[in-house]
Amino acid sequence: MRIDGKGRIDRTRPLTFAFDGVSYPAYKGDTLASALMANDVRVVGRSFKYHRPRGILTAGSEEPGALVEIMGPANQTPNTRATVQEVFEGLTARSQNRWPSLRWDLLGINDLASPFLSAGFYYKTFMWPRAFWEKIYEPLIRRAAGLGSLSGRHDEGTYEKAYAFCDLLIVGAGPTGLIAALAAGRSGADVILAEDAAEMGGRLLSDEGQIDGAPAQEWLASVLAELALMPNVRLMPRTAVTGAYDDGTYGALERVGLHRRPRPNLPRECFWRITARRTILATGALERPIAFADNDRPGIMMASAMASYLNRYGVSPGRKVTFFANNDSARATARSFVAAGLSVAAIIDSRPDAPDEGDIPVHKGAVVIGTKGRHGLQEITLRTGSGEVRLETDALGMAGGWNPSLHLTCHMNGRPRWSAELAAFVPSPGAVPGLVAAGAANGTFSTHGCLAAGLAAAQEVLTDLGHKAAPVDLPQAENAPYTISPLWAVPGKGRAWLDFANDVTTKDVALSAQEGFSSVEHMKRYTTQGMAPDQGKSSNVAALAVLADATGRGIPETGTTTFRPPFVPVSIAAMGAGARAEGFAPQRFMTSDQASRDRGAPMIEAGLWYRPSYFPKPGETTWREACDREVAMVRNSVGISDVSTLGKIDLQGRDAGRFLDFVYTNTFSTLPVGRVRYGVMLREDGHVLDDGTTARLGENHWLMTTTTAAAGLVMRHLDFVHQAFCADWDVRFISVTEHWAQFAVAGPKARDLLTSALGAAPGLPFMGVRAATIQGVAGRVFRISFSGEEGYEVAVPARYGEALFRDLTARAETMGGGLYGMEALNVLRIEKGFITHAEIHGRTTAFDIGMEKMVSAKKDCIGKAAASRPGMIGAARAQLVGLKPLTDSPLTAGAHLFTQSADVKRETDQGYVTSVGYSPTLASWLALAFLHDGRARHGETIRLVDHLRKVDVLCTVTDPVFHDPMGEKLRA
Amino acid sequence: MRLNCPHCGPRDRREFYYYGAAAYLDRPSPDAPAQAWDDYLHNRDNPAGMTQDLWYHEQGCTAWLKVTRNTVTHEIIAVDAVATPKASGGMA
Repeated sequence: MRIDGKGRIDRTRPLTFAFDGVSYPAYKGDTLASALMANDVRVVGRSFKYHRPRGILTAGSEEPGALVEIMGPANQTPNTRATVQEVFEGLTARSQNRWPSLRWDLLGINDLASPFLSAGFYYKTFMWPRAFWEKIYEPLIRRAAGLGSLSGRHDEGTYEKAYAFCDLLIVGAGPTGLIAALAAGRSGADVILAEDAAEMGGRLLSDEGQIDGAPAQEWLASVLAELALMPNVRLMPRTAVTGAYDDGTYGALERVGLHRRPRPNLPRECFWRITARRTILATGALERPIAFADNDRPGIMMASAMASYLNRYGVSPGRKVTFFANNDSARATARSFVAAGLSVAAIIDSRPDAPDEGDIPVHKGAVVIGTKGRHGLQEITLRTGSGEVRLETDALGMAGGWNPSLHLTCHMNGRPRWSAELAAFVPSPGAVPGLVAAGAANGTFSTHGCLAAGLAAAQEVLTDLGHKAAPVDLPQAENAPYTISPLWAVPGKGRAWLDFANDVTTKDVALSAQEGFSSVEHMKRYTTQGMAPDQGKSSNVAALAVLADATGRGIPETGTTTFRPPFVPVSIAAMGAGARAEGFAPQRFMTSDQASRDRGAPMIEAGLWYRPSYFPKPGETTWREACDREVAMVRNSVGISDVSTLGKIDLQGRDAGRFLDFVYTNTFSTLPVGRVRYGVMLREDGHVLDDGTTARLGENHWLMTTTTAAAGLVMRHLDFVHQAFCADWDVRFISVTEHWAQFAVAGPKARDLLTSALGAAPGLPFMGVRAATIQGVAGRVFRISFSGEEGYEVAVPARYGEALFRDLTARAETMGGGLYGMEALNVLRIEKGFITHAEIHGRTTAFDIGMEKMVSAKKDCIGKAAASRPGMIGAARAQLVGLKPLTDSPLTAGAHLFTQSADVKRETDQGYVTSVGYSPTLASWLALAFLHDGRARHGETIRLVDHLRKVDVLCTVTDPVFHDPMGEKLRA
Repeated sequence: MRLNCPHCGPRDRREFYYYGAAAYLDRPSPDAPAQAWDDYLHNRDNPAGMTQDLWYHEQGCTAWLKVTRNTVTHEIIAVDAVATPKASGGMA
């Protein structure tokens, strides 16, 4: 219910939101949790395993129970913590993990079956019979498991990623972090102050404390005002630091738009990578619950959260509240409730020597042993020195002590230290290089202690960084000692919850120990304690204390499980911001891209490039019709194709030829100026890396081409060979792939076309190159061919590419030729037996592709030693062959080869098909394949089998060169 | 993780391509026994502690770098350019 006159919400700005289809009022500044509480909605969700009603346990990002789905126009975000989600006008939330409704959940039957659903029940129940697993158990578990659900559609929301650098990152803007930021800001350091919550201030927002004799919120307002004016201080509210990584790098998740009405281009979240020279961890501490029978009812929550709801949001979870504590920290909260006019029925304090609390009845040395109220707390039962007492109450605050939020200190394998005095783990100094924990995160719980620790930490860091620390007065504040008497679990009958999200009770932990899973890491996995979205923030320490008790070991000996990033759940969409769909990889476009699209060419990806698949003509209904036409056009007339995507590397220097000799298997240093040579490059392990042509443009000037796919790989390889093995040679090289547009002109009419385009005959022998002026532009003409026809490639600086492409296309079309795409290019090269990376796929040697003679005996080269080793050559290798079906049957790449008489099974496999295409030239399907001892088997009939695509065809083994085997057309 | 490139200064590891152990720099002579080539090509240690490996500053100066680092503590001790005037690897 809403409490008049309390809280920091803006009562002048009313809002409306919906939960499970019901509309409710709220105010600006409310979280979904506080707004639900204001409207007396007590059941917010269902627990994971037993489907028990779940209310609100906390007031922060550690919330295990109040998880809901937020419905957006383009998203459905499951497992959203109602304690974090701020209310905006029109917010629509839905409860999850229940069917058909939140109040009446059929899987609540699990609660009655709980004796059978104890720790490890998956492992025990779903083991036998084995055959049941796939068809029965797994679908069953899948249906019952999980919390929220996704929309099943793409998340169309906008996400961002960003980078930041600073001298000092302060994680947490409570008293510790604020005073540290003030000291560092005044000293001129570059500071980032990141705070998980929407508002900065930490506990100062929730507790009615005083600083320097005035309400703490006045001090807070003045500090925030001063920080906001400092240009060297960046305030980042709604930003949870999620992980600590090497070199002072931190991950952080900012909720940019989740608290606003969705609108286009408003990012939902931003994932930050923050690099900080130093870090102060001022994350405070989390209050922990106490395990007692049925302590999971809605209305039972953390005492500190009750203070937050009352003082920060002006709401109360009940009308008659009680507290169950083992320390003094709930006392101020109880007083706040009384001052707000609410009834505090009792404080149940487990300490026999607990202090009195004015008019509030204190049951000293007492514990809560049971509760009632299916959909919300109605009554508790106490065990006191004088027997059992029943108390009517609708809200119970648990105050089991505080756990420093030291999670980040464990992210680089640091182990926290047990403090018996605090009954809590505290950070180990130096656990993360450059990070110092201060204040409550370091086990200092009083406000004054936090302020002093924050100031001291800042001064230490500033000195370290070489800044002169500016003076900051240490204000006076509450400085009560922290006295706690550990109480983890109240012994007794019934189920006492430790992990409210995953339904792990003290019995489960004891059972785990009893069944031999007594190490803390085993217990975690056996019971699933701490494995829910909250990562056990409110249950880990209590669970291991219960485990320590069950095994008779102490807590320090039992140790903790490892806290790993992220500190709060991070949506994958935020981490992958910008990388969806077209953002997944860069796109590279040729200069002819628009011209190709203008002609209706479907573009296909080739690495990062987009290349035209084919150029459809009116009346053509399939790609095959276009492809067949384009192949015939090149064979009979002339075709134009953009080949600019091939890698181009410009090499210069006196030793460039020598360098080429070292990276290619064959010799280049003897190549005359003005000539081009085909070369094969090996990896050092003897397998083919890439192939291509290299032209000698001048005495000390060369131009290498690589395949499109391997351009980057070859550049990296050349850089390595040069820098590692011959850095003293006079050779330099650079990629010029994008500097030149290059077009293939192929076919019997190629020379005529070139003559018209150049204004003179090209005058080049096969494998020749020369500089040329192409319509006034300085460029190059090569006579090389990947089609088997007389072929030229014309290169001009990229800015002239589109104009030349359109010009060549127009000339070709007047001659009866035209454009051809990747499909035709592929058929042309298969007809000619030319290889691509379909053949040189990383497991083939020069021998396999029939090029072992190209490995020069006269010189060393990369890969030569390995290429000649046993197993890399010889009849046992699968060798490149051609295949032609005996009948007119389609072939498939990926099919395997078998002798006619053999059973078709892995053991009798003779090889595999790498490339196929229909050849209009030979009026037959053709394939390139690797066949065991293939070169000796030309003429043999072999069986081609593809079980996946139901192909089973007899083929003749042939030479891989089907078309113009003597190369007469090429050299014409 | 950042590497202090000798040419470019401290740079984010996303700019670098990781290759493997720095033993790849020690190329055997062409006529070395098969075992030497086998070790060079295929056999690597997997140390817990100090190690040297190769990184390529692909999105920077394109230098190949030899990085000395500790696999246990993640400390980076040295980053050296592979290319030295004497790096002719028996190819002189």
